[in-house]
Amino acid sequence: MRVMAQMAMVMNLDKCIGCHTCSVTCKQAWTNRTGTEYVWFNNVETRPGQGYPRRYEDQEEWRGGWELNKRGRLALKAGGRLRKLATIFSNPKMPSIQDYYEPWTYDYATLTDAPAQEHTPVARPKSLISGKDMKIEWSSNWDDNLGGSAATALNDPVLRKVSDQVRMEFEQTFMFYLPRICEHCLNPSCAASCPSGAIYKRTEDGVVLVDQDRCRGWRMCVSGCPYKKVYFNHRTGKAEKCTFCFPRVEVGLPTVCAETCVGRLRYIGLVLYDADRVLAAASTPDEHDLYEAQRSVLLDPNDPEVVREAERAGIPHDWVRAAQRSPVHALINTYKVALPLHPEYRTMPMVWYIPPLSPVVDVVRDTGEDAEDSGNLFAAIDALRIPVEYLAELFTAGDVAPVERVLKRLAAMRAYMRDINLGRDPDASIPASVGMEEEQVYDMYRLLALAKYDERY
Amino acid sequence: MDGSLTDALVRSRRYFTRRGEVSDDLRTLTRTGGRQADDFYRDRWSHDKVVRSTHGVNCTGSCSWKVYVKDGIITWETQQTDYPSVGPDKPEYEPRGCPRGAAFSWYTYSPTRVRYPYVRGVLLDMYREGKRQHGDPVAAWAHVVDHPQRARAYKAARGKGGLVRATWDEAVEMVAAAYVHTIKKWGPDRVAGFSPIPAMSMVSHASGARFTSLVGGSMLSFYDWYADLPVASPQMFGDQTDVPESGDWWDAGYLVMWGSNVPVTRTPDAHWMTEARYRGQKVVVVSPDYADNVKFADEWLAVAPGTDGALAMAMGHVVLKEFFVDRQTPYFTDYTKRYTDLPYLVTLDAVGDAHRPGKFLTAADLLTHEDVENAHFKPVLLDGRSGEPVVPNGALGHRFGETGAGRWNLDLGDVDPLLSLLEPGAESVLVELPRFDHVDGTPGSLRRAVPVRQVGDRLVTTVFDLMLAQYGVGRDGLAGDYASSYDDATAPYTPAWQEAVTGVPAAAAARIAREFARNAEESRGRSMILMGAGTNHWFHSDTIYRAFLGLTTLTGCQGVNGGGWAHYVGQEKCRPITGWAQLAFGLDWKRPPRQMIHTAYWYLHTDQFRYDTFSADTVAAATGTGRLAGLSTADVIAKSARMGWMPSYPTFDRNPLDLADEANESGRPVAEHVVDRLRDGSLRFAAEDPDAPENFPRVLAIWRANLLGSSGKGNEYFLKHLLGTDSSLRATEAGESQRPRDVVWHDEAPDGKLDLLLSLDFRQTSTTVFSDVVLPAATWYEKHDLNTTDMHPFVHSFNPAIAPPWQTRTDWDAWQTIATKFSELAAGHLGTRTDVVAVPLLHDTPDAMANPHGVVRDWKLGECDPVPGVTMPKIVTVERDYAAVGDQMQALGPLLDKLGTTTKGVTYDVTASIDYLRAKNGTVRGGAAAGRPSLARDVHACEAILALSGTTNGHLATQGFKTLEMRTGTALHDLAAEHEGKQITFADTQAAPVPVITSPEWSGSETGGRRYSPFTINVERLKPWHTLTGRQHFYLDHDWITELGESLPVYRPPLNMGALFAEPELGSTGELGVTLRYLTPHNKWSIHSEYQDNLFMLALSRGGQTIWMSDRDAAKVGVQDNDWIEAVNRNGVVVARAIVSHRMPEGTVYMHHAQDRLIDVPIAETSGKRGGIHNSLTRILVKPSHLIGGYAQLAFAFNYLGPTGNQRDEVTVIRKRSQEVTY
Repeated sequence: MRVMAQMAMVMNLDKCIGCHTCSVTCKQAWTNRTGTEYVWFNNVETRPGQGYPRRYEDQEEWRGGWELNKRGRLALKAGGRLRKLATIFSNPKMPSIQDYYEPWTYDYATLTDAPAQEHTPVARPKSLISGKDMKIEWSSNWDDNLGGSAATALNDPVLRKVSDQVRMEFEQTFMFYLPRICEHCLNPSCAASCPSGAIYKRTEDGVVLVDQDRCRGWRMCVSGCPYKKVYFNHRTGKAEKCTFCFPRVEVGLPTVCAETCVGRLRYIGLVLYDADRVLAAASTPDEHDLYEAQRSVLLDPNDPEVVREAERAGIPHDWVRAAQRSPVHALINTYKVALPLHPEYRTMPMVWYIPPLSPVVDVVRDTGEDAEDSGNLFAAIDALRIPVEYLAELFTAGDVAPVERVLKRLAAMRAYMRDINLGRDPDASIPASVGMEEEQVYDMYRLLALAKYDERY
Repeated sequence: MDGSLTDALVRSRRYFTRRGEVSDDLRTLTRTGGRQADDFYRDRWSHDKVVRSTHGVNCTGSCSWKVYVKDGIITWETQQTDYPSVGPDKPEYEPRGCPRGAAFSWYTYSPTRVRYPYVRGVLLDMYREGKRQHGDPVAAWAHVVDHPQRARAYKAARGKGGLVRATWDEAVEMVAAAYVHTIKKWGPDRVAGFSPIPAMSMVSHASGARFTSLVGGSMLSFYDWYADLPVASPQMFGDQTDVPESGDWWDAGYLVMWGSNVPVTRTPDAHWMTEARYRGQKVVVVSPDYADNVKFADEWLAVAPGTDGALAMAMGHVVLKEFFVDRQTPYFTDYTKRYTDLPYLVTLDAVGDAHRPGKFLTAADLLTHEDVENAHFKPVLLDGRSGEPVVPNGALGHRFGETGAGRWNLDLGDVDPLLSLLEPGAESVLVELPRFDHVDGTPGSLRRAVPVRQVGDRLVTTVFDLMLAQYGVGRDGLAGDYASSYDDATAPYTPAWQEAVTGVPAAAAARIAREFARNAEESRGRSMILMGAGTNHWFHSDTIYRAFLGLTTLTGCQGVNGGGWAHYVGQEKCRPITGWAQLAFGLDWKRPPRQMIHTAYWYLHTDQFRYDTFSADTVAAATGTGRLAGLSTADVIAKSARMGWMPSYPTFDRNPLDLADEANESGRPVAEHVVDRLRDGSLRFAAEDPDAPENFPRVLAIWRANLLGSSGKGNEYFLKHLLGTDSSLRATEAGESQRPRDVVWHDEAPDGKLDLLLSLDFRQTSTTVFSDVVLPAATWYEKHDLNTTDMHPFVHSFNPAIAPPWQTRTDWDAWQTIATKFSELAAGHLGTRTDVVAVPLLHDTPDAMANPHGVVRDWKLGECDPVPGVTMPKIVTVERDYAAVGDQMQALGPLLDKLGTTTKGVTYDVTASIDYLRAKNGTVRGGAAAGRPSLARDVHACEAILALSGTTNGHLATQGFKTLEMRTGTALHDLAAEHEGKQITFADTQAAPVPVITSPEWSGSETGGRRYSPFTINVERLKPWHTLTGRQHFYLDHDWITELGESLPVYRPPLNMGALFAEPELGSTGELGVTLRYLTPHNKWSIHSEYQDNLFMLALSRGGQTIWMSDRDAAKVGVQDNDWIEAVNRNGVVVARAIVSHRMPEGTVYMHHAQDRLIDVPIAETSGKRGGIHNSLTRILVKPSHLIGGYAQLAFAFNYLGPTGNQRDEVTVIRKRSQEVTY
């Protein structure tokens, strides 16, 4: 056992309102400058939707992340380093600016400066790349709130996998939001892709950074990251990425995106993991087992042996204490409601997500699935509007069972708490039905619902 | 890991890196310490200071922000997280904010920033020429505006570029000259000011409002104008609007979001909703589209737009049937007996072979009571024990007068009010009830029996019995057109009936109603409806809301934490309302101020009345008696004005200063002189001839607002008639038979009525580009101010992160500059004059008893005498020393010492606060304000607001409750006692958001740190509502309400624009395109027009004006996503790009409102002019019943009651246009 510490995040998508405050505060703080106009370290995607950059999840196209080769061994999907060196000057797996979006501004000054003229002055869009007039045809968040659409749905790589479940009809509309930052993976393919050794994980907290001095601008990291969360600054010619706000985290402040999240859905915490087991876990043969494998790499911070090993590894005692009270650890491994994004990329991402509940589809409700009859006002999980298969393609490589388990736990929490809310006797059978203790459900409720500042971070 | 070559290469990295950094399994690289390479990000993060501020646009957020400053430059902002805790078992308010607010700092240095004063060049040239010729600025202004060709020249140039820089001195001199000239020539009520929503930046609002009020100008209302005022609230509660803070959503066991898209419009509060679900709250969303909040709902009811009232009525049917008739629900029965008018008696008038519900039976109808004080305002109910009529305490008649002292309360004593007259052997009669659900829109009626009794010579029934009849809930022994079952689709208001109207399955409607009521029964009132613009911006929204409030009131949810209505649109609560009002309206120097109903103002002055092709009785019921027959809407406005119901400014066809002089010369008291001249017809109300030049509005100042880019319904009418510039108006004027009867018709409509449009802003908007003078304003990060909301219980501050840059000034500073210059010029031109102010009959005063039974009496028709303050406005004289206005602006005046302050009928002695402010702010030395507390600086104004309000000054709160106790005879002052010694100072608000104090200024209690919910003081302390009965009113008995068939909750469909204005049939596809319902909901990427031009918001959306439409409608006219389209109706033309999505319902488009016209709007094919804005397709439509005044809760107060600027009933043709656009 080789204990290492990792800063990790959990986002509760069931609370995300898709407001993009995180995107704006992050952009203002970090990438509001020349060369990074198109860069959003934090972005929020409406799902179904193509994401940013478009279709980034289509690894058959972009070949990011890792795969198991014919011998079952872990290899970069884009091929080994030789291939990288061979293509270093013409990397074909790079999203173009159009795949992100062509950033623009407007000639605002004309509103003030326009001479007397026939028409009301108007500010026209001007490309920030070419400086020329342009028609705006894509943005950082073009498919916001569409819920997919005929024009864009087929380009959602996740939707394509479950397209037989989904119809783009008013009555069947569904959508939810997916905020994304760098995953600060335990097994980062960006770092492995870098010919210059410029990308590294901080030993003490696992934050993945680009050494700006060492970066040579080869952009292999951009290709290598299956989440497309490394960006190329076209002014400096260097790669840049989310830093987990390390200048803030180092002084005890949460990341900007987390602290400014008005949905109060982001949790930051330390997890301890066994660095010796990462490779084996990432090499798990069956993609459906990757979620469990990833979870199992994380160590129980209350296990005396782990504590001992952590101290031996030089992790300070207060860090171990932090790991013990970590809300992230609780949500991932105690309550088991947080899931990794695309574990099949095998990078061991360290931003985890609680999948969203959603309203029932009317068709089901109207055909007699009357929730009231069971004394429960809430709908059955199998009547939900968001196809579980879609969520499973995001979080469990297509395995619906873990997603259903999470949604049932959330629903059970609501049913259990409703009795308490209305002053009735609580019903112990509800937690039991999802394999939880009453106290556990109550504690989870406090963490998810009250979500006090000092318990979120 | 695979591959020896890869291994070799990865291993080779070890040569470039230090030992131990590459993992043993070669996957990755780790590094500790010595990371100078990352200094860039540390530098980027470092900053010099963090300043607390917020955003003062009209947004309810009231979020406290940290503004970061580095090297004297504002860098960015993040949210404060230091709100006081709401308790260990609840979520907290941190971190309030949204993406719009987070992008605000972009404005500071953006190219759209107004950095210097600007004047339209052609105007400035002519003014300079005038000054050269005449020397005097006032004469120079007259030189321009009183010369037709010159006036025409600069008015026609409005909005077409050509702004030039001016100095502050020159721009302000011209503005001041315009004010002086206008007041002198046309009268002070010909100048107007517009700035909305004071709560969001009280001092900035008060700045220009104070100046406007002190000179005698009219402040234009906003809450009714925005159609955010739910007229049902004054109708039912006698209250403007009072709602729970968002933290109280947490307390609800059942939450229906109905026309309020919380994640978008209440972004910082949305978490309370998502979190309350985890506590077992059920959430239902009613929305035509798959709105953002549907994601969080347990159920989604996709209602057809504008038919929400039908669904709510059907739910009311279920609640009444299952919880009042099939079985009695003790909690509901007790609640409605005590807190509603359900047991009160209504007289029935025989009409033909049926009866119609008439007036409330009052003490005046009882032989035993007819002589009691205010007998007409003391309604009657039957005591269930004795069966005798009784006059309960707490009526309007107890609120005023000697005998009411100690009896204005809801204590019923031994009386057990009888809800229903139905008993074995009870007599019954058929009543005729209105219905509006016919497919062709013609009003109809139906007959349903109610039990009756004879009281004296009156046949009466109870409101409850009428409610059951109205909702169609039959009972044994009662004949008539009652519903046979829930499946009876022919009878209003069954679940099956509503399904045909709304599209919501009948079973779902019934089930949600049942769940809602059951939850309320079990939790004693913790069922909540969160409602908003989607249901409140319709022409008939008052009926929609009364149907909603029927649900929350029948189930005992009003006045309960976690229950009742939660109306969230535009309702921003100015918690320290008393202090703000004194400053804003100059009440410390002059009373009364002029306050105008904004909707009627522009309806007349932008000549929209000339395009109305129907009469006011078009909206009357089949049960009406023709009281509005033959009147146009303009006639009704004029009628309301002369009867003193609603304010009307300009008031007379004469300068009110000259009117005072005339009276003086005639030797008669002014009021008598006015009455005489009105009688003989030599004096007329301006509203009777709005197109006569002497009745034009002449000067309009706009600050903190974007009238022409945001709230101006009928934008093209504004451009044409008010401004006199190009417009895309396509409507034709009403034909002769459709024109007003009383209001004068000019054959030629005037264009360019307004002489000066002044705006103060920090960015360019559709208002600034059309303005004659634009003054550069400080942003919200560059000044001191105060901020509150009803979404949370705190008061917090604005503070300057930097000084106002370039030549910008704070609003407080700018208006003082204007006032000082004005007084300098006024000294020679105006001096001291007497002004004649016509004041409407006011709510919360004895004026509300002017019209017994709400009977219409028009003196002009000889129905009564013109008696000021009874049958016409009060006539009050105000002496104005125009040369002293500059001094008055900067000091707190002496009227406060003498008259105190009055809010909602409670008067406060504020002499202690005045003494405190003398010391705190310093005292003015010399001049017209010598010895008075200073208001020279914005911080002084903040301190004055805090010291003069009960919510922020515990002494005043306690004192106010003690005053109120004398009237109610119940204990109240203990509610504020815990904070009696607390004076919140500006410094407190700078340190952190501060919770406010429970005060009689509001209806809810925060005592002991509880969450604010409205009417908890009424329910728990038996304090009456400010209504006729003192209870919540289901029944309204005013003549005009009866005429419209709205005495009881009722369903009224959206207006039929085809029938009214000959627009194409909704849903039809023709040569020109497809005709669709046109809705303008709030935008995700802006707060009204603010932020829609912000580069961050544009990058996160589609970068310009868009219209959302369904895939099905798009297919009909061949429109693809992101195609350029044009939306065209008689009001104007819009060019936008289409967003096509199946989340939109077929038949309806959304153009999110206030996208302005300045960003990427090309030339329209249809008009050849710049494409318009969302309001290019709307116009003002006035509902006659909103003009009622002078009767109980239907009495005017500013922003409390007035016609709404609704805009949801509109339709538009959508068509694809050439994809080649030009600008």
